[in-house]
This record gives sequence, structure tokens and C-alpha cells, in this order.
Amino acid sequence: MLSLIVFVPLAAALALVGLPRLRDAPTRWAWVAVAAVDLALVIVVWVRYEKPAPGGLAFEERAAWIPGVNSSYHLGVDGFSLPLVAMTAVIFLACAVYALRERHRPRAHAALFLFLQSVSLGLFVAADLILFFVFFDLSLVGMYFLIAGWGHGNRGHSAMKFFLYTFLGSLALLVGFIGLYVAAEPHTFDMPALAAATPLAGRPLAGGLVLAAILVGLAVKTPTVPFHTWLPPAHTDAPAVGSAVLAGVLLKMGTYGFVRIAMPMLPQAWRAWAWVVIVVGVVSVIYGALVALAQTNVKRMIAYTSVNHMGYIALAVGAAGLVAADTTQARTVAVTGAVTQMVSHGLITGALFLLAGVLRDRVGTYDVGAYGGLAAPAPAFATLFAVGAFASLGLPAFAGFIAEFQIFTGSVAVAPVTAVALVGILVTAALFLRALQRVFTGETRGHSIGFTDLRPSEIWSAGPLLLLSLAIGILPRPLLDVIEPASAAVVDLVGR
Amino acid sequence: MSDFAQASLWLLVILPAAVGGLLALTRRADRIVVAVSLGAAALTLALSAVVAFQRPSVAVPFMAGADFALTVDGLAALLVPTVAAVTLLVLVFAAGEIQRARARFHGLMLLFASSAALTATAATLPTLLFAWEIMGAASYALIGFWWRDDDRMSAGLTAFVTTRTADLGLYLAAAAALAGGAGLALADLPGGSMGWRHVIAAGILVAALGKAAQLPFSFWLSRAMAGPSPVSALLHSAAMVAMGGYLLLRVEPLLVSTGWAGTVTSWLGATTALLLGAVAVAQRDLKQLLAASTAAQLGFVVMAAGAGTVAGGAVHLVAHAATKALLFLAAGAWLTALGTQRLAGLSGVARRWPLVGWSATVGALALAGVAPLSLWATKDAVLAAALAQSPWLYAVGLVASALSAAYAGKILIVMWRRVPADRRADVEAHHEAEQGIGGVNLFQQLPVVVLAVAAAVLGVLALPPVDGLLARAVATGEAPRAAPLELGVSAAIALVIVLAVARRRVPEPRWALRWLGLESAAGLLVVRPTLWLADALARFDDRVLDRGVERVAAATLRVADRSARADDRWLDGAVERFAGWTRRLGQLARRPQTGQLHQYYLQAVVVVVVGVLLLVALR
Repeated sequence: MLSLIVFVPLAAALALVGLPRLRDAPTRWAWVAVAAVDLALVIVVWVRYEKPAPGGLAFEERAAWIPGVNSSYHLGVDGFSLPLVAMTAVIFLACAVYALRERHRPRAHAALFLFLQSVSLGLFVAADLILFFVFFDLSLVGMYFLIAGWGHGNRGHSAMKFFLYTFLGSLALLVGFIGLYVAAEPHTFDMPALAAATPLAGRPLAGGLVLAAILVGLAVKTPTVPFHTWLPPAHTDAPAVGSAVLAGVLLKMGTYGFVRIAMPMLPQAWRAWAWVVIVVGVVSVIYGALVALAQTNVKRMIAYTSVNHMGYIALAVGAAGLVAADTTQARTVAVTGAVTQMVSHGLITGALFLLAGVLRDRVGTYDVGAYGGLAAPAPAFATLFAVGAFASLGLPAFAGFIAEFQIFTGSVAVAPVTAVALVGILVTAALFLRALQRVFTGETRGHSIGFTDLRPSEIWSAGPLLLLSLAIGILPRPLLDVIEPASAAVVDLVGR
Repeated sequence: MSDFAQASLWLLVILPAAVGGLLALTRRADRIVVAVSLGAAALTLALSAVVAFQRPSVAVPFMAGADFALTVDGLAALLVPTVAAVTLLVLVFAAGEIQRARARFHGLMLLFASSAALTATAATLPTLLFAWEIMGAASYALIGFWWRDDDRMSAGLTAFVTTRTADLGLYLAAAAALAGGAGLALADLPGGSMGWRHVIAAGILVAALGKAAQLPFSFWLSRAMAGPSPVSALLHSAAMVAMGGYLLLRVEPLLVSTGWAGTVTSWLGATTALLLGAVAVAQRDLKQLLAASTAAQLGFVVMAAGAGTVAGGAVHLVAHAATKALLFLAAGAWLTALGTQRLAGLSGVARRWPLVGWSATVGALALAGVAPLSLWATKDAVLAAALAQSPWLYAVGLVASALSAAYAGKILIVMWRRVPADRRADVEAHHEAEQGIGGVNLFQQLPVVVLAVAAAVLGVLALPPVDGLLARAVATGEAPRAAPLELGVSAAIALVIVLAVARRRVPEPRWALRWLGLESAAGLLVVRPTLWLADALARFDDRVLDRGVERVAAATLRVADRSARADDRWLDGAVERFAGWTRRLGQLARRPQTGQLHQYYLQAVVVVVVGVLLLVALR
């Protein structure tokens, strides 16, 4: 089942490339159809999902792959990966709908996106480090071509910077993986086996070094301060759908690594270095928010709020490493919040980037100062963007609140000093409201005059993402019921 | 507890939220909007009556181990119908006043009403925070309702960000509650471990002070007056601001359990009542005056929470809601009729529209604390508890109530002032500010009259025999009751001050006119440094961090370039040189191959001789 979900898009991509006679319109709709089918399959998995035993996986698949190094084709989902798989499928479907108006080489565009979808889904269901790494690197390749081929502005430079920077990060990650492999007895790349064995348990120095390698790799991808500078140019020059996938899905590969690899496989080192992660998280939260406040380019602004939002996740998973007897519940709450934040940020920021793309599509600039009073000619756009902005600043009734409330209550209960990060949600509120005011309200002026309101493909791509975020915000239980057992399990594992 | 009552409680929140959400998103059907909105509001009022009598509780699992729980206790039973009733009346008024973008206005108002009802019934901290912040967001959208004016949007932003600053206290309180081990239910908070209990109390206190526009957060309420008058009538009198005071009443046991929070709370309330009372007296704009007075009156409620009289605070809250909603609506009616809210432009306005005028007079007299109107009795219920806590607190409260008589008197004088024929032009000069429509319609008059009746009679809630019943329904303990002497003294003060104001002009010091300079201070101390820091960090990000990465990349290229050149020059050069030497060696080796026999003989002789010599030498 999982293999089907992972490889259906890839097969479709190959088919699209292999059928050179296909016209543009059927290509676009075929893409939407494939993405919809894939989402339907994910829904089937969600419905049939039963909580696996702690440390185990559901829907497991295993086949020999590289037996020489004990690396196998091993797939499975648990409470961390399933929500991310679902979120990924949703975002790719939204992108397919948004791209119904793509005019530049739609066939190659669709094929590239389907390829990206396969590797993204593959990463989240991978239960083997080599498999994880392969998908991790392939995602960089796909995104590189997307930015370089369909971007704008200084796209070549941005794409190169994105690729090289994150590729360097992935190399650090590989060093860490090899460290785990070498330390494990018997040598293996299998994730559940490594989590059960905790190979570097009694060796603080080696464990610390391996963790450092993995953390640097994940921190680049997440990104956290100070490894984030590839993000703003990549977003600014990427096409709208590229930004949506980059922010919505690719950034999660970094944060997912924290809960899937670093915490369960290196619990002792994680506990020893928890404060470093917390500090990086808090700095990312405050720094990201403040730098976002100073931006005048809408996409750069949203990009920096991503740094801020990813900072909350780092903060929470760091706090989960501060093991003390009576804080188990608080740490579980923090981890649950972190995973909720991954889903929430994917939906909300994905929607915001799709909407920001409308600015470029209509008049070609993201500059806040070029607009004003946009709500008059484009009321639907203003409404959706305002909803997205409020969702992103953590307003209750949206998923962001569910995530951030749990992150803060959990983290602050474990480490009261992390309350300074609360400033982050204040600054994000101020910056989003300021941007809303500058772009959408006041006298209609500048590029706002004659601005065309949202088209159906734009409404039906960003709208459902926000609706889903609203649904999670009001009825979080279906999501939290999946995440919470996994959080409890990983908190247990870290406590070993 | 019947299923019907529980369903009613859910519906009380869901109905206005759903209807409001749909209305806010539609842009058509302006004609049926008002009917739908008023229907929803009326139904909500009926539901609020049901839950007030049945007192149901409902809960579903939510997050962080806490439920999404709603409960109606005595306090909520008092507040929920009040909010629902004021909402309905204000929406009726708005039906006559708001003509453009009706769907958005009614939708947002209903959304707000839903969140206010949820705030009043919330039983756990996550539920409370959920409702609390939605109230803030709805308030932002309503203050900035006329979004073409940048100034109104800024006012909304100021209100939202300021109240959210205070809201951080609730996040902190939730964390402390989780750490404290007693759970996130509001009723369980006093049972947490002692250290964390202080944090919880402090966090909730800050959040409540922010929403209630108490010092030092009061300035947002001044800016919020940029919103439409019906918005002020609901949000800034009966519901949102009131919820700040309400929260403190709700967690009064927690405040008591910390030892310090009660005293601090009552003094903060008293200080706000005093200083914002002075601010109100100095205002020259009717809505600004009412806003300052709201903060000051909420100061009495906060004082009540600190002094331990939950019932007293609650009835003051209810009576103030009716009174202030009335005055805001009257101000709104005059604003639409005359195009001004400056006091100088409102001279003699009560004579022009007597029905609204007399209603507003009742409201202003109640606000002044004139017996036997409502706020006279409710305020004394609060002051009686203050006296029990400390005579100084009582004294400050008494001065604050004198100030409220002064600013209410100021309104009364303006309303009823006869304008001589030769001065009429001066008054009408103010009417140019915004184009007035020159009349007050039926939709606007009806709610004002209803509220006037409420403002007149609600005082019975604070007088025997009702007060005893209420105290038992709302709180566990009996609060001290105002003695006849105290009631007499305060009534006399109110009367004397109102008469004094009628005779002489009140002072309008600059510090009070400018709301104590609070907003400038916040701008200077918080906003500007933050923006400066943001700019500095953004420059740092571009010029140091990002350029650092670019430099590393450039340096890598340079190293590559050098390596390439070194590769060419040294490594490849060495290979080439070696090849050259070999070639030259080869050429040298060809030289002896001349093909001439005698030369070969000579070479052979030389080799033999060298060989012999070598043998001899080595031997």
C-alpha cells in the first residue's frame, strides 16, 4: 500500500514524459487526477491505520535492497509520519490545482512535480536510513530544477545556493548515518533496529559527534538560525507552487528528522545537548520573527516567518530532552505540539505562498510598498490572505494555535525560561497585521488599481488548505489521537 | 442535567459562530442579512436564558490533556444573558445605522458574540484562551471595519497587538498549570503547587488587565474608538472589555489562594478607576470620554475581584454594560445624525432628539452614581468590600466615584445646554467633520430606550433582598453589604459633584487629555526599539550571515581557481617537464648512433677503458 502511494506519482511522471503527444490541458488534468488518487490512497491508509506497538510501524513493507550493508527497502508509518504523509498529499494536490494555469512547459512541470511528490512521500515513510537519505537528496534535485526552470528573478543563483547549501547539509547527515551504522552491532541502517539498539549509548563523545553531524544536517534543511540564509532567496525566486512545496513539505524533512532519527536513536546525546537545541530554537523564533518584521517583500517575509515557525519545533523537541521525573506529560505535550506544528505550518504557509504567487502573477512584484487598498479590487484575495495571515499568527480555531499552545505549555512547563519565545507570537502578529494593512487596506493605489481578483484555480488550491487548517483548529482530536501515542513513545525513548 | 440544556449550551456558541462566519464571507444578499443576523441573535438570547436556568456543563476532549469544556455557573448565568441581550440590542441599532457591507458587519459581530459567550462559559484554560483570542481578532476586524481609512486599521492593529501582549500571560498561566500538576481546569487552578500558582495568578492577571483596558494597557481602548459606535457599544462596554473584569471574578479563589494577588488586583483596579476617571473628565470627545470611563468603571470590577466580592463585581459589570452600551449607542446615533462626536458640537443635542436625549440622560445619571439608579448601588457594593479590605482603598474608590460623577455631569451639561441663536454657527461648524444624515431612526431609538430602562433599574441586583440571593448563587461566601450611611454618602457626593460641574468648567489638564501619554510611552519604549532591532537584525542577516555564506562560496571558487591554476602550472607542468627531459634524453641517446664503424670502435674502446678503470678503482 505504501509503495503504491509512493510510486504512483513517479509512474505517472514517467508516463507523462514518455507520451510526447499529450496536449497541455489533459496533462494538467491528469496531474490533478493522479494527485487526487494518491490523496485518496492516503485517506484509505489513515482510515485503516491502527496504532502500532511503541517503536513499531504500521503498514510495514520490507524487501532486500543492499544486503551488504544491511540496508533494506523498509517502509512503514506511525503517528509522526502518517500526518506528514497526508499533509504532503494534500499540498501536492493543491499545487496541481493551482498549476492548472501554468503555461510554461506544463508537461515537464507536471512530471517534475510528480517526481517530487514521490520522493517526498518516500522520505516520510522510509524506515531505513539509506532510503531516507536517497529520498532526501532526490528532493533537492527536484526542487533545484523547479526553481531553476520555472522560477523568476535571480533564479539560477538562488537554485544553486539552495542546492549546494542543503546538499552540504545532507552530507553532514550522511556522516551521521554512517556513524550510527558503524556503532551499531550488528551494523545496520534500519531505523527501528537502531532506535531499539541506541548504538552510542555509553559513549558520550562519539554520540555527541554523531548527533552534531545529524543536527547540522537537519538544521540546514529545517532551517534554523544561523543556517537559514538559503531560504529567503529560494522562496523569492521560486514559482508559487515551488515555494508552497518547499515550505510546506521540504522544510518538514528537517524537523521530521529530529523526531524520527535524532531523538530515538541518540537519546543520551539528545539529553546531553538538549539545551543547545532549545537555544537554537528560541533564537530562531525571535530572530526569525524580528527579521520578518523588517521585510518589505511579501515572500521574503513569509520565508522568515517559516524560520520563526520552525524555531518553535526546535524549541519543543529540545525541551523534550530535558528529562525529569514529573514532566513526562509536559514533554509529551511539547512533542505533540511540534508535530502538529509541522502539519499546521505546511497547510498555512503553503496556502500563503500560493496566495503570494498571485501578486507576482498579476503585476510581477512582491514589494509591499507597490500595493495598497487591494481589498477593493480583490476582495476574495484579501479575505483569503487575511485568513491565512491570522492562521499563521497562531489565532485559535486554526491549526497553528493547537500547535503553538501545546509547544508553549509543554516547553515552558519543562523549562520556564523558554517563555521568552512567547515574544515570537507577538511579533508575528504585528508583522502580519502590518503587511495586511499596507497591502490590502487604505486608499487603492499603485499596482492595486485594476488588480484581477482570485481565479477559481487559485481559490480552490489555497482555500482548501486553509479550510483544513480551520478543521484541525476546531476539531483537533482526529489528528492528535494519531500523534499523541507516537509522542509518548518518543518521550519514553528519549528517557532511556 | 438534560440533553436539551447541553445542546443549548453548544448551540449558544456554535449558532452565532456559524451564522456569523457565513455572513462574514458572503458579499451578496444584503437585504436578508439583517433578518438572519437578528434572528440568530434573538435565538442566542433565548438559548442564553435556557442555559442560565438549567446550568448545564459540556465537555469534549481537546488537547494537552484538557477538555474543551463549557460550564454555566451562577456567574456565567448572570453574564451570558447580559452579553446576548446587549448583542441583540446593538444589532438592532446597527440595522438602522450600518448601511454598507452589512453582511460583513453583522457576521463579525455574531462571531464576536459567539466568542464572548464561549469566554464567559469556558471551564478550562485552553477553551478560555481559544475564545479570548478570537474575541481579540474579531475586535481587530471590527475596529478596522472601515478599512479604507489607514488610521482605523492602525487603531485595530494597536488594539490587537496590545491585548495580545497581555494574552501571553494566559499562555504562561497554561504552562504553569500544566507544570503545577492540578490540571488546566479553571476551577482546579487554586489546587496547583504553590510556586506555579503564583505564575498562574500573575499570568491571568496580566491577560485580564489587558483586555479590561486597565493600566498600563488602557491606551488601546482610546484608539479603538475609531471603530463604528455599535462596535464600541458591544465590545468596549458590555463584552470584550468586560470579559477582562469577568475573568478576574471567575478566578477570584485563585487570587485569594496566592496571598498577594488579591491586594495587588484591587489596588490596580483602584488606580485605574482613579486615573482613567481623571482622563475621562478631561476629554473633549464624547467617545473618548466614554472609553476612558469604561476603563475606570472596569477598575471597580477589578477592585471587586481583588477585594473578594464576586457578586458585587458581577452586578457592577452587568449594570455598567447596560449603561455604557446605552451611552455608546446614543453617541453613535448623534454621530450619524450630526457627523460629530466632539462635545463642542453636541451642545443641546438632547433637546433636538428628546427620546434618545432622555434615555442618554438616564444613562449619564446612572454613570454619575446618582441614586436610585443602577451604578449607584452596584458601585457601593464594590466599595463596601473595599472598605473591609482597607480604608485607603475605600477612599481611593470614593474619589474615583466622584470623578465618575464629574465626567457624567460633563456629558449631561453638554447634552442639555441651550445654544443661543448667535452661537449656533460655532456648534454647527463641528458638524462638518463627517457628513451627518440629519436624523435618528426607529431602529436606533428602540434599543436605546430598552437599555435606559435597564440602566435605571438594574441596581436592585445590588440591594436587599436580591443581593443576598445573588451572592449565594454567584459565589460561596457572603460579601460585606454596603451600609445605609455609605449608600447615602455616595449618593450625596454624586449629586453634589454633578451640580458643581454644572456651575463651573472642569479642568482639562494635558496629561489627562492625552490619556497619561501611555501610547507615546509604549511607542517610545517598545514599538520603536523593536522596529529598530528588527531592521538591525535584517541588515545583519543580509550583510553578515548571508554574505558570509556567499563569501564562503566565493572563497571556494577562488580556491578551486587557484587549484586549477596550480594544477596546470605545477602538477601538469612537472609532468610536461619530465616528458621534455625524457625527450631530450632520447635525443642525446640518438647522437652516438652515427652509423660510422670507426666511431663505434672508438666508443667501444672508451667503454672498455672506463670498465677497466672502474674495476681497478673498485678493487
